[in-house]
Amino acid sequence: MASTALIEMRDLHFAWPRQPALLDIPAFELQAGETLFLKGPSGSGKTTLLGLLGGVQKPVSGSVQVLGQELSDLSQGRRDRFRVDHTGYIFQQFNLLPFLSVRENVELPCHFSRLRADKARQRYGSIDQAAATLLAHLGLGDPALLERRADTLSIGQQQRVAAARALIGQPELVIADEPTSALDHDAREAFIRLLFAECRDAGSSLLFVSHDQSLAPLFDRSLSLAELNRAVRPAAPGEV
Amino acid sequence: MYLFRLAVASLANRRFTAFLTAFAIALSVCLLLAVERVRTEARNSFASTISGTDLIVGARSGSVNLLLYSVFRIGNATNNIRWDSFQHYAHDPRVKWAIPMSLGDSHRGYRVLGTDQSYFEHYQYGRHQNLEMAAGRFFATDPFEVVLGAEVADALHYKLGDTLVLAHGTAAISLIKHDDKPFTVVGILKRTGTPVDRTLHISLGGMEAIHIDWHNGVPARGAGRISADQARNMDLTPSAITAMMLGLNNKISTFSLQREINDFVGEPLLAILPGVALQELWSLMGTAEKALFVVSLFVVLTGLIGMLTAILTSLNERRREMAILRSVGARPWHIASLLILEAFALALCGIGAGVALLYAGIAAAQGYVQANYGLYLPLSAPTAYEWSLLGIILGAALVMGAVPAWRAYRQSLADGLSIHL
Repeated sequence: MASTALIEMRDLHFAWPRQPALLDIPAFELQAGETLFLKGPSGSGKTTLLGLLGGVQKPVSGSVQVLGQELSDLSQGRRDRFRVDHTGYIFQQFNLLPFLSVRENVELPCHFSRLRADKARQRYGSIDQAAATLLAHLGLGDPALLERRADTLSIGQQQRVAAARALIGQPELVIADEPTSALDHDAREAFIRLLFAECRDAGSSLLFVSHDQSLAPLFDRSLSLAELNRAVRPAAPGEV
Repeated sequence: MYLFRLAVASLANRRFTAFLTAFAIALSVCLLLAVERVRTEARNSFASTISGTDLIVGARSGSVNLLLYSVFRIGNATNNIRWDSFQHYAHDPRVKWAIPMSLGDSHRGYRVLGTDQSYFEHYQYGRHQNLEMAAGRFFATDPFEVVLGAEVADALHYKLGDTLVLAHGTAAISLIKHDDKPFTVVGILKRTGTPVDRTLHISLGGMEAIHIDWHNGVPARGAGRISADQARNMDLTPSAITAMMLGLNNKISTFSLQREINDFVGEPLLAILPGVALQELWSLMGTAEKALFVVSLFVVLTGLIGMLTAILTSLNERRREMAILRSVGARPWHIASLLILEAFALALCGIGAGVALLYAGIAAAQGYVQANYGLYLPLSAPTAYEWSLLGIILGAALVMGAVPAWRAYRQSLADGLSIHL
């Protein structure tokens, strides 16, 4: 039976080889269309959790379902494809390939996922049009900007380009990992509101991971990874 | 195709390193092809130095030595052969033609060959090409006429009607000159690309005349001297020559005549087959030629290792690039292909630039090499062999590209989507 939840984790256990348990999550869910704030300080295992959701890592035991699909049932290659078909990512900063233009950066997922390319074409007519429209919604409507090298943009602009890239082709899930940490406070809130609007527009759920608790009230729901995770571990050095 | 564009865009972002890497490959490719081309042309021009001649006969020594002084004008004969020995074989019924050759003098470093009309009629080089005049005529009855090889005329700026003085001996700077008997330039030969270009041709009579008053290797003094005009009226039949070239009526008799000459009772002679002696000589030089080729192969290898190093060192600082690509859906094999394509692009640029460099180099140096080394380097399209060399280089680059590709593959599996600063 496929669940109605977009993400569903059950009795998840994860540990890196020859290391103590890192994650022990009895239950975690994200509903379709929901925006969820997940508080996770550095070293709390959030990067690993995102890796598990992306199918880059496999749990030691337990189940991770995305869109009702048990990720560990898929081969590595299928997991990779599944991830790009259904998930858009926004990272902390320097999200973009500096040597490509803004437009090319936004269109990147369409080159690796036919599904998202098709969806983008269906909704906007063409991939170029999809990129331009998304960027315009995010306040980057200047056509001259589209062809500029990505690294000539300000950090705030770059993050909005990254958001457009995560949203192109309407993936069901957008995962944002500290996307606002390089922005000042006002810009943060503005960015998140833009992101909400676009996620709603694209029908995507948003999983927003941050250590900045002050942002939590903006979201439908807020969780703390520390409460979610029963595994107690000392902070591992080197994990960002 | 999209991956190739990504690879090129990423390379363009590191254009300085990429340029240097491709340039190193270009230089090495250019060197390899140049060595290959010079080698092939040298072998061709070497093999085509002489043709049509069935036997070369000289005083008994080694076959390579005989070939060197009679054909290449290098080194000296250890001994002469008597004029009557030449007559004996020149009139042999099996012999179609015989060219007498008398060597030993020079002019400003260029060798002088004393011979007769038959040289211009029968001497052949390349694909049975005869000597041709660029200007003037062959020498006639007057003993003090000289016909210049093309390079001699070019380098020393002689034209028809000029007079020149021969020097005794073959050293570049001779102490004794035949300045009492100057020669007049009556003809200049067309360029052949063989040692003929570097030779001055005079008649046997002229050769005899300039030495007529010499005794024991020194010129006569005072009353003993014989002027040019006096010499003209004397019998100038030589008593000895240095070597002869024979053309036979029937090639089948070559070996029997060779054996016969080698067993000649009149004096110790040596007859050689030019083709065999050329082979022998080339096999001596072949080692150097192969060494040169091997060295240039290693230079190419060095260029490719330079590329490998450049890509490998870039891997660490490009982990972010890889992670971003992974997050937008690139699978590990995409990342690996990206690096192979990068190696491919670098090698392709390097090879392209190397070939361009080669042609520019040939175009620039063609005249100079021809004039100074008698080597004609054609501006022709790459041969099948050269294409295959280029293909092998490209293949080697791809194989080398597999090393960083494998590392990046492992790395992107381990890093996943996490971005390392």
